[in-house]
Amino acid sequence: MSRVGWIRLAVLAIAIGLLELCCRLGLIDQRVVIPPSEMAVALVRLLISGEANEQIVRTFGIVLLAALISVVAGFALGAVIHALPRARQSLDPFFATYYAVPIFIFYPVMIVIFGLSAIPIVLMGVATAIVAMIIATLNGLDRVPQVLAKVARVHRMGTIATALRLKLPAAAPHLFTGVKLAVSYAFIGVIASEFILAPAGLGRVISDAYTDFNNRQMYALMLLLIIVATLVNMFLHVVDQRWAERRGIAKP
Amino acid sequence: MIASRRVADTVIILIILLLAWQALHQLVGATALPGPVPTLAYLAKFVPSERFAENAWATLVCFFYALLLSYGIGLAFGVWMGIHRLSGAVGEPILISLYTLPKVTLYPVVLLIFGLSLSGRVTFGAMHGVLPVALLTMSAIRNIPPVYHKSARTLHLSGWQTIVTMLFPATLPEIVAGLRIGFTLTLLGVLLAEMFAAKQGLGSLIINAMQLMQAEEMLTVAVVLFAFAALANALLLWIEHRLHHRV
Repeated sequence: MSRVGWIRLAVLAIAIGLLELCCRLGLIDQRVVIPPSEMAVALVRLLISGEANEQIVRTFGIVLLAALISVVAGFALGAVIHALPRARQSLDPFFATYYAVPIFIFYPVMIVIFGLSAIPIVLMGVATAIVAMIIATLNGLDRVPQVLAKVARVHRMGTIATALRLKLPAAAPHLFTGVKLAVSYAFIGVIASEFILAPAGLGRVISDAYTDFNNRQMYALMLLLIIVATLVNMFLHVVDQRWAERRGIAKP
Repeated sequence: MIASRRVADTVIILIILLLAWQALHQLVGATALPGPVPTLAYLAKFVPSERFAENAWATLVCFFYALLLSYGIGLAFGVWMGIHRLSGAVGEPILISLYTLPKVTLYPVVLLIFGLSLSGRVTFGAMHGVLPVALLTMSAIRNIPPVYHKSARTLHLSGWQTIVTMLFPATLPEIVAGLRIGFTLTLLGVLLAEMFAAKQGLGSLIINAMQLMQAEEMLTVAVVLFAFAALANALLLWIEHRLHHRV
């Protein structure tokens, strides 16, 4: 690992160590924050006991489903919009504003329409993630070199064959950026919805544990969520960067 | 010409959104989702009322403090990490992974520390806004072309002159972009905090309306917030474009 990497690790270790020390010394009330070591122990116990397995599977399943829907539908919509320049121009202000609007204000509307089930949560996940994928698709298709379109014409490829065998691979690095964003946005959308109101799921269990002053369970599950989200995001980030380098569009 | 076309496009999108709303209303029924017309009628009645004013004011105050914190802390960190290369290299990945984290997860901790108070909501809002401001400020400073530094040295500018005539104008457009995203996310954070646990504010108004099955009030608040966020974003985007084309 590089020097910078070691320093980063040291910074994180010191931060966690300080938190542990403050908790142990009583500078931070244990009713507010429990020491990180106890969080880890609580998490391991919880995982071994298997009590929360159902909720864990449920939440991560919903995140996965929402991300999948967003990626597939986002790519399809992006491809269609890209083919219609006039529609795309009109949609520009919409895309520019989309993430400025806190979409969670529409979550209660979804609950009223679809009832308190997994459907509104999946929809919120898709709603937060899909537009990032559409924008990334548009960006990616913009950067497909003109010459490839000519190649397709020379080979008399159909529209779908051109899209799948030529445009898709050429736009792939940008599309992957969309996938990365879609996954992390789906995470945020699903978990936030579960926090606000949900029949089950990790967000619900954490917020219940908070209301019950069950700090051990709360911090254990928080730690789990943070670890999983960080690992997934880091993995996607690394793959994204590799891909970008290989295609010669290295990002800073 | 271009401006008028943009306005036309925006109007078209608004009309399409209203039509989609109406169609959904026809599909799911009036109790679940009132149509645009009754909602807008309710809006005209509700917005001037005392209750709305109180809650909107609570949200605005909270949002204002959160925004101050986001901008202050975000800019300070961004400038520090932009100028000091090593801290930037060490801190950037940490900030990026915090940025992608679902921060709602941490709201109970904020609540345990601050209780159900204004400071809790302000902190939570600021937690959302700080990161984009810091990251974009940092990259703005890093992306200054080296030739600017050289010309500042050639002209024997003092430290202060360098900041005012070179650093500040060169980084402004990108920093404004960071401030715009920070604005958006701070608003999101404040509203999420209010939706999860608060006795006042527009976020709690939405949740209350949902529990009382007052779909009209719920939609009204959502429409008002939508309009506020969209207008503020349009204004900031406009400033950003002006800054980019100034040179």
